[in-house]
Amino acid sequence: MNPPPSGGNRPRKASGPGARLSPTARAIRAGDRRVLARLISDVEAREPATRSILEELYPYTGRIPVIGISGPLGVGKSSLVNLLIQHLRGRGKKVGVIAVDPTSPFSGGAVLGDRIRIQRPAEDTGVFLRSMASRGHSGGVSQSTREVIRLLEAFGMDVVLVETVGSGQVDVEIHEIASTRVVVLVPHLGDDVQTMKAGLFEIADVFAVNKADLPGADEAAHHLMELIRTAPAGEKWHPRIVKTSAQIPLGIPELWEVVEAHESYLREGVPGEQARQRRLRQELRDLVTGRFAGELEDAMDRDPALDRLFQKVAEGTLDPYRAADRVYESLRKR
Amino acid sequence: MNPQESVAKPRSRRPIRVLIAKPGLDGHDRGAKVVARALRDAGMEVIYAGLRQTPEDIVEAALEEDVDIIGLSILSGAHMVLLPQVVSLLKKRKAHRIRVFAGGIIPDEDAGRLRRIGIRAIFGPGTSLESIVSTARKIAGSRA
Ligand SMILES: Nc1nc2c(ncn2[C@@H]2O[C@H](COP(=O)(O)OP(=O)(O)O)[C@@H](O)[C@H]2O)c(=O)[nH]1
Ligand SMILES: [Mg+2]
Repeated sequence: MNPPPSGGNRPRKASGPGARLSPTARAIRAGDRRVLARLISDVEAREPATRSILEELYPYTGRIPVIGISGPLGVGKSSLVNLLIQHLRGRGKKVGVIAVDPTSPFSGGAVLGDRIRIQRPAEDTGVFLRSMASRGHSGGVSQSTREVIRLLEAFGMDVVLVETVGSGQVDVEIHEIASTRVVVLVPHLGDDVQTMKAGLFEIADVFAVNKADLPGADEAAHHLMELIRTAPAGEKWHPRIVKTSAQIPLGIPELWEVVEAHESYLREGVPGEQARQRRLRQELRDLVTGRFAGELEDAMDRDPALDRLFQKVAEGTLDPYRAADRVYESLRKR
Repeated sequence: MNPQESVAKPRSRRPIRVLIAKPGLDGHDRGAKVVARALRDAGMEVIYAGLRQTPEDIVEAALEEDVDIIGLSILSGAHMVLLPQVVSLLKKRKAHRIRVFAGGIIPDEDAGRLRRIGIRAIFGPGTSLESIVSTARKIAGSRA
């Protein structure tokens, strides 16, 4: 039998709800913000010690809407997130927010600037906002994001919003983690083609045409409608378009209504369950490939024989295909 | 394990995290942005919180983001009010781990008093970015 789509992650016998939790897991369940903040750092650093805590908390997760907000830089994603937080707080919902910005490939550092637009009373404990850098390693940030979402849910949040810049493979991967994917565009966005190329367009459940206070919003919405109409049908959910302005503000309740409509579409049956299973399968793949990749990196760091193989390829005395065969064989023998 | 403690000890794989904010009411934040970029170029993760933050906003954001350092830029002359407030809020929240540095036009006698209450470093207008970066590294390294 299929579990209900929104039924959450089923507890295992050993560590289901009610089983004795470790102090850290208990602190998360009790809503300790400091412990949550530290644990997120540890998860981001892929500390091995976080593994058991994530396992303990897993049964408490998988039930809440996770809303991806993506789109090009400067279209107003953070401004919309800010208003969505207010809207949701007004309805008594607790909101977790993850804002991902790219890590500089040159320095490994990052400037995370989304907090500038997201203002809220310092004493409001119904919001937890965390800025994350994408930190280079492939697959790593997606997995960290999944785990931080789970921590936020186990901590007691009713909704998680995930903001990512909509360019590049990593951003699409993060966006795919969400249960409802909102893509934000603006009038006269010359490079919306770019966004489509990045693969965001195809996985959007909702389009927000933001900055609707500026001229051209209607045209942009119409243009978008045409593009969606020519998109391959087959999925039952037809992407919806909402005009918004974070400036006026305008269209925020409407935006949330459409997001909720998509969430209830997911809850109602087969497509939602399929999407859930697809996400879990992708996560499992990421976890396993992540471990292989980690082993490969370790081996490359430590094993001089592997280093010699690379030398030979560099010198031209061995082709990369055979070198890869040998690296692969030596990993399998471990 | 004490839940207030880090789940794991070695913090080597994590970049230094810095919150840069500009408390007070004065307008522009060019200097703060330049410092933010310099720290990023030195491999740090800089959370840029922007203008007109209250000491409460700053401390809550620093805790939420689990930063090692708070860097504050002040031009308004309100440094003798705002900086001690940030320090005392951190103390109240038992966040002694988080170091604070400040930049701006701060007279020497004030700088001495600010150092005594726990501001780790004070950068005047002429300070080079290299020296800000290296001081930030040193401050983060001394984190308990
Ligand atoms: N006119 C107008 N400007 C907006 C609107 N939403 C955001 N902005 C401005 O667009 C800029 C980028 O906004 P931000 O939320 O940081 O965009 P992000 O990079 O997508 O997160 C800021 O200067 C905002 O004030 C809007 O609806 N209308
Ligand atoms: Mg943003």
